[in-house]
Amino acid sequence: MSTDSLAGLTMPAGPAKRPFLEVKDLTVRFNTDDGVVKAVSGSSFAVERGKTLGIVGESGSGKSVTSLAVLGLHRTRSNATVAGEIWLDDKELVTASDEEVRKLRGGKMAMIFQDPLSAMHPYYTVGAQIVEAYRVHHKVSKKEARVRAIDMLARVGIPQPEKRFNEYGHQFSGGMRQRAMIAMALVNDPKLLIADEPTTALDVTVQAQILDLIRDLQEEFGSAVIMITHDLGVVAELADDVLVMYGGKVIERGPAADVFHEPQHPYTWGLLGSMPRLDRELRERLTPVKGSPPSLINLPSGCAFHPRCPYAGRNGDRSFTESPELRGGVHAVACHLPAEDRQKIYEQEVAPNL
Amino acid sequence: MKGQESMTKAAQSENLLEISGLQMHFPITRGVFKRKVGAVRAVDGIDLTVAKGETVGLVGESGCGKSTTGRLMTRILEPTAGKVVFEGRDVSHVGNKGLRPLRRDVQMIFQDPYSSLNPRHTVGSIIAAPLQIQKIPTPKGVKAAVQDLLKLVGLNPEHYNRYPHEFSGGQRQRIGIARALALRPKLIVADEPVSALDVSIQAQVVNLLDDLQKEFDLTYVFIAHDLSVVRHISDRVAVMYLGKIVEIADRDQLYSNPRHPYTVALMSAVPTPDPARRNSAQRNRVLLTGDVPSPINPPSGCRFRTRCWKAQDICATEDPALTARLGDPESHQTACHFPVAEDEVVAGRRPASSNA
Ligand SMILES: Nc1ncnc2c1ncn2[C@@H]1O[C@H](COP(=O)(O)OP(=O)(O)OP(=O)(O)O)[C@@H](O)[C@H]1O
Ligand SMILES: Nc1ncnc2c1ncn2[C@@H]1O[C@H](COP(=O)(O)OP(=O)(O)O)[C@@H](O)[C@H]1O
Ligand code: SF4
Ligand code: SF4
Ligand SMILES: [Mg+2]
Ligand SMILES: [Mg+2]
Repeated sequence: MSTDSLAGLTMPAGPAKRPFLEVKDLTVRFNTDDGVVKAVSGSSFAVERGKTLGIVGESGSGKSVTSLAVLGLHRTRSNATVAGEIWLDDKELVTASDEEVRKLRGGKMAMIFQDPLSAMHPYYTVGAQIVEAYRVHHKVSKKEARVRAIDMLARVGIPQPEKRFNEYGHQFSGGMRQRAMIAMALVNDPKLLIADEPTTALDVTVQAQILDLIRDLQEEFGSAVIMITHDLGVVAELADDVLVMYGGKVIERGPAADVFHEPQHPYTWGLLGSMPRLDRELRERLTPVKGSPPSLINLPSGCAFHPRCPYAGRNGDRSFTESPELRGGVHAVACHLPAEDRQKIYEQEVAPNL
Repeated sequence: MKGQESMTKAAQSENLLEISGLQMHFPITRGVFKRKVGAVRAVDGIDLTVAKGETVGLVGESGCGKSTTGRLMTRILEPTAGKVVFEGRDVSHVGNKGLRPLRRDVQMIFQDPYSSLNPRHTVGSIIAAPLQIQKIPTPKGVKAAVQDLLKLVGLNPEHYNRYPHEFSGGQRQRIGIARALALRPKLIVADEPVSALDVSIQAQVVNLLDDLQKEFDLTYVFIAHDLSVVRHISDRVAVMYLGKIVEIADRDQLYSNPRHPYTVALMSAVPTPDPARRNSAQRNRVLLTGDVPSPINPPSGCRFRTRCWKAQDICATEDPALTARLGDPESHQTACHFPVAEDEVVAGRRPASSNA
């Protein structure tokens, strides 16, 4: 299905050169009473160690489902079907056994969620949970694990870690809780860290602290990071590569600098035009995308973005009948518009309004 | 966003709303006898005027008292001290009957379009309710009046009989706006009206609010935590911290020349959507340490001092007045003993360090 090469990586054949994480043609479906939810369709991407991939898109575009698939968390859902390939460090995870995936989760790969309260157990102290997370993957005494946990709490900037070790999640402020969850996620030194809207519930000053922490820890541990967010600013600050998702599909993918400076997809233009920015002159008016995001049960025919796209009529009937594939090299885009036309539209109509 | 011209016009015309010394202390009680053991000082002495036709933005972090201020302005809450004066009339403590004109002239739009609409009522009856309660004459009938409102906010008038759950988040926010507009109010207090919306939808609603303001001569108090949206929409901006206004200025003044260390930190924390500026944005960032203290027990003197890199002894003992500093115009007021100067090298904690 996907004819494109992976972002930024020209890969000679042979598994030896496989990126640290490689996702190929990932497709996730949920059977529900209302119909089949096409949550993720044919998504492909790669992340190397020490690099950060940003996944952006509006709510319901399939970001979280993508990350949960990588962690194998759809396995326990009877209504979910996952297809495609997920290679982590040369091991394929879609076909791996539950036991194998469980061993990797929390060890080699870990996740930070938007809402740390729901990810923490209300009846165990923060410290006890970090100790437990550590001992699942390491044969050490409780005492050793405690030392490690307190060290991690200190590492993520929690003051008085010995005292905080014995407190419960609800006794922490939002920012502290997020720090504690990061400590828990990092306790086993994961090689892949997935952060799903880790700062969405936080104030900007606290967000700045947490992003700084993630950046700093990544530098130290050299992990691959997937940063999922709806905030283009967060992506621009952290990501090396960016995926833009719409209606369960990757519609644009490339190095962050390219996606922000020469965005290719009309939806990406729409996202950038919608956003008031502090780093720009004031605009008289924002340029929103008309309409609203599609239902993943009833995706529009052809290009799922066509009901909202000002250029849908420029491709004969292709935008309405044929789903565009993600094409291009390092910077790939899924749109029927010929590259020259897109370039012209961007320069003449879009860029002046950003 | 409005041009220079309408700004000066707004500045010259009279004040629609004046609040002074406004306080809201929520009692903390204990035991069966509800013994008062303390108070949450959600709003702790603020002065603010809102001129006719202008948009005043209110920004600050979670829990700093923005919503409480909004609910005091609309007199959903009764202040524990201080005054709310609307069109020259003191409405601080008037009862339900006396509040009737205010209930028509001042409307509120809420953050959460999901919970602010009754799920069991049709959109038609939700928007019609204020018309009926206030006994507003509708010459063409209530239904026609409601359908006009639906059209006005960009919704299909034929969806009159649908229920809130049949609409998307952005559409629900439009329903909330239509309901607020039904009584042709003079002042709309919008409490995070776009915070729960996706960015593409957020821009639609911001533009709609802009258009409606022009069409109906509306005055807005726009509450938000997103500094970029507030800059886009406001003529003047007030920054709140722990129940107080710490800085207020004309929009351009505030964004180009922030004086209060908290305003400086807040602005520098906003992520820049430009990878090319990533390094300079991070270099120039002022990271605050620690969390916002509790409004039950705010720090003595300047409330920001526990997180401020410029704090000195006097900050712990003397609460700095909100006033023009460093030769700023009277419209630009800062509550800080050591305001940030134009060419000052700001030195909060630098990014990427281990000891937070
Ligand atoms: N009815 C109440 N009883 C007690 N405390 C309250 C009440 N309403 C608000 N508070 C407290 O008052 C403070 C200010 O709350 P407010 O809702 O005004 O904050 P806000 O600035 O709107 O925050 P956010 O950005 O999270 O909406 C908070 O500490 C809050 O917990
Ligand atoms: N367990 C599930 N059962 C059915 N539908 C689901 C389930 N989990 C997610 N979905 C649907 O999949 C789509 C993508 O969701 P998600 O990845 O969470 O979006 P987001 O991009 O906001 O993270 C949504 O339509 C959501 O309702
Ligand atoms: S394929 Fe057609 S509808 Fe889709 S983004 Fe391109 S021009 Fe628009
Ligand atoms: S008064 Fe002192 S503590 Fe408060 S903001 Fe100014 S310098 Fe900082
Ligand atoms: Mg999500
Ligand atoms: Mg609020």
